[in-house]
Amino acid sequence: MITLEHVSFRYSSGYLALHEIDLSIQGGDFVAIMGENGAGKTTLAKHLNGLLKPSQGRVLVDGEDTRKVSVAHLARKVGLVFQNPDHLLFSETVKDEVAFGLKNFGFSPEVVEKQVGRTLEALGLAEYADKSPFLLSGGERKRVALASILASEPDYLILDEPTIGQDYQQKERLRNFILQLYSQGKAVVMITHDVEFVAESNPKVILLSKGQIVGKGSADSVLSRDEMVNRASLVKPQMSRLFGELTKYGLPRDVVDVHRARILLEDKLGEVKAPVAQNP
Amino acid sequence: MLIPALLFASVWVMVILLLSQLPLLFIGRVARRWALSLRAGVFLSSLIFVVNFFTGSVFSAIALTLRFLVLLTAFSLFFMTTSPDDLGLALDRIGAVRWLSRKWLGYPNALSFTFTTAVRLVPTLAVDAQTVVDAQRSRGLELDRGNLLRRIRNYIPILIPLLLIAIRRSLELAEALESRGFPGKEGRTSLFQLKLKRGDYAIIGISVGAIAVSIWIFFHYRVPVF
Amino acid sequence: MSRAREIIVAKNLGFNYAGAKKPAIQGVNLSISEDEFILLTGPSGCGKTSLCRCLNGLIPNFYQGEWTGELMVDGLDVTTQPTSELSRRVGYVFQNPENQLFALTVEKDIAFGPENLGFSRDEIRERVDVAMKITGTSALKELAPYELSGGQQQRVALAGVLAMKPSVIVLDEPTSFLDPHTAEEVMRAADDLRRELGLTIVVVEHRLDLVARYAERIVVMDGGKIVADGNLGQVLDEQFDMLEGLGVGVPRVSLLWSMLRRDGLVSGKVPTHVEDAASALSGMMSD
Repeated sequence: MITLEHVSFRYSSGYLALHEIDLSIQGGDFVAIMGENGAGKTTLAKHLNGLLKPSQGRVLVDGEDTRKVSVAHLARKVGLVFQNPDHLLFSETVKDEVAFGLKNFGFSPEVVEKQVGRTLEALGLAEYADKSPFLLSGGERKRVALASILASEPDYLILDEPTIGQDYQQKERLRNFILQLYSQGKAVVMITHDVEFVAESNPKVILLSKGQIVGKGSADSVLSRDEMVNRASLVKPQMSRLFGELTKYGLPRDVVDVHRARILLEDKLGEVKAPVAQNP
Repeated sequence: MLIPALLFASVWVMVILLLSQLPLLFIGRVARRWALSLRAGVFLSSLIFVVNFFTGSVFSAIALTLRFLVLLTAFSLFFMTTSPDDLGLALDRIGAVRWLSRKWLGYPNALSFTFTTAVRLVPTLAVDAQTVVDAQRSRGLELDRGNLLRRIRNYIPILIPLLLIAIRRSLELAEALESRGFPGKEGRTSLFQLKLKRGDYAIIGISVGAIAVSIWIFFHYRVPVF
Repeated sequence: MSRAREIIVAKNLGFNYAGAKKPAIQGVNLSISEDEFILLTGPSGCGKTSLCRCLNGLIPNFYQGEWTGELMVDGLDVTTQPTSELSRRVGYVFQNPENQLFALTVEKDIAFGPENLGFSRDEIRERVDVAMKITGTSALKELAPYELSGGQQQRVALAGVLAMKPSVIVLDEPTSFLDPHTAEEVMRAADDLRRELGLTIVVVEHRLDLVARYAERIVVMDGGKIVADGNLGQVLDEQFDMLEGLGVGVPRVSLLWSMLRRDGLVSGKVPTHVEDAASALSGMMSD
């Protein structure tokens, strides 16, 4: 489990980026951290693997205080995937790139080879194993970056804005992949402002604004409330806005997912078409 | 400032020059940054001092170290108080630069533009450098371990992404600029133009005077080292 | 009623980047008139960005390759014009707000375009002031671009493009890096430009719901070819399954309606945005 206890963080310039954050993440959790640009989401992410140490309070990863251990040590358990893959890629082949983390952690060549093969398969990158990562398209490079972090099978996976620039199909694949991961018992934390993606993935949502947590809860409860959404400079998902207009027909307000919306409307429209016969 | 510093090797002269630069530092409000740059110059200063101490007298060592500091301060002053844009505008008007630019790059304003853009992109690249370091550390890279050879090798995962990011950024910027008409035709105008003010003439006058006086003293007196 | 002037005409347009195995775009026939708001979309790699690059001359001037077919922009043949000439007709706003701005102050950045065109200082001054006023960026005049938020940066980029006084503005996934709130602002700003200045707006976007309220026309590409071109509402209505199959991010309300319609629970045209969907559903439920 990763716990943040009363964490505050002030940059050397004096700017207070995080204020009194209390949070815990455990295996099997799927969490989305949302908020406007500059809310402190990335700063928060960097506390999870020790890149940044809190100015006040502490961060515990499986019981270890992040101030007392190295980033390399924490990186074995906490995989942080940065937003822009170009900040990571440097190897001659995709295989080498994916092996980088494993080699840093001191695994034997046999283990490295096995893990690299498995991860490439899982992410559909096997055909690119011997290609140069720089020749791949943007979406493929993002997957290689993700593979390079996943290869060492960290318990906690932190994804910083994984959906930017992706088309709908790529986002679907990502969603399915995340589903696999947290159902295997890993924890997946996603930093994003893609409201519709969150609406369809149903994670636990944490809203961050100006360095503070301003909302916590399930996607449908948090994203359907105007005050919360406005405070974090987000927009309510389409379903939520739609159902906001339909409450007078007795429909619930906290709907964000299109499939739940459909079921609710099927029932309601079914009623309208064939009203329940009253007892004479 | 440069000419007198290079002409003389006397402690007194150097002290005078250094002291005369101090007010300028305060006027330009760059005193603190200058102090920081001095820290960076400590290594080289000590080297100069030590070498000259053993090849000459202790006084010549002091004088030459001070000369180094005077030169360092002069350059720092210049670059810290002049914005890259103004530098670019100034460079743009120098005939020699325009001629060179036309010969090498085909356009008269290209060279000064290259210079100023490079300067402007340095802070952005610095941020990227930090991000690359963070990203690679998050993959278990340890930059402060191992012998010298290992440490140098450990910088490859930092330098390659940085190089590529710099290239990609330049390409994107080039694309954006070309989409706004750069480099344009021969007759490119500038919204802002540097004008010489009265104060500027005064500085030019004083500088020329100081140079003239230094040269005269150099030829007519032997200024003792101490 | 006079027809709006045709401002972009592509006939059998094709382009193959140097060294590429497949052409990025092929057989593109497209006609865009003044005052249109067009949404250009399609799966990754479909050629939408390549098509946009042809519109302002980046292809073939900045990107080398094989050109086929014909493209006329505001009466000019793109293959015979330098980018600087075409930049006066077609403005381009890029995806990454940071990498388009480079000057020390916002004002100097906006002035950059007109400066390149060699206008008099008074002319440049006027264009800069007008562009800042229209995009609401006058207050940011003395700030450095890196001090601005992503949304502010995109508006400054827009101002820089406006200072060239183009007839068409292309925005290539301009909201990717912006939060949803700011993304809406940028889209509204683009629409304001169309309504107030009669500009033609082409927006490339994966997330249709962001643009659906403003775009009347949608052009869908796949594998370098145009596979759908028409009124947004109509295309969503009649070719919904095709769009879904391509993996285009159709608005959730359109998806919802389409599912309900398939089950026979609603009838009528697929709505393109929330307000439409709300009134259509209200209608169904009060019957």
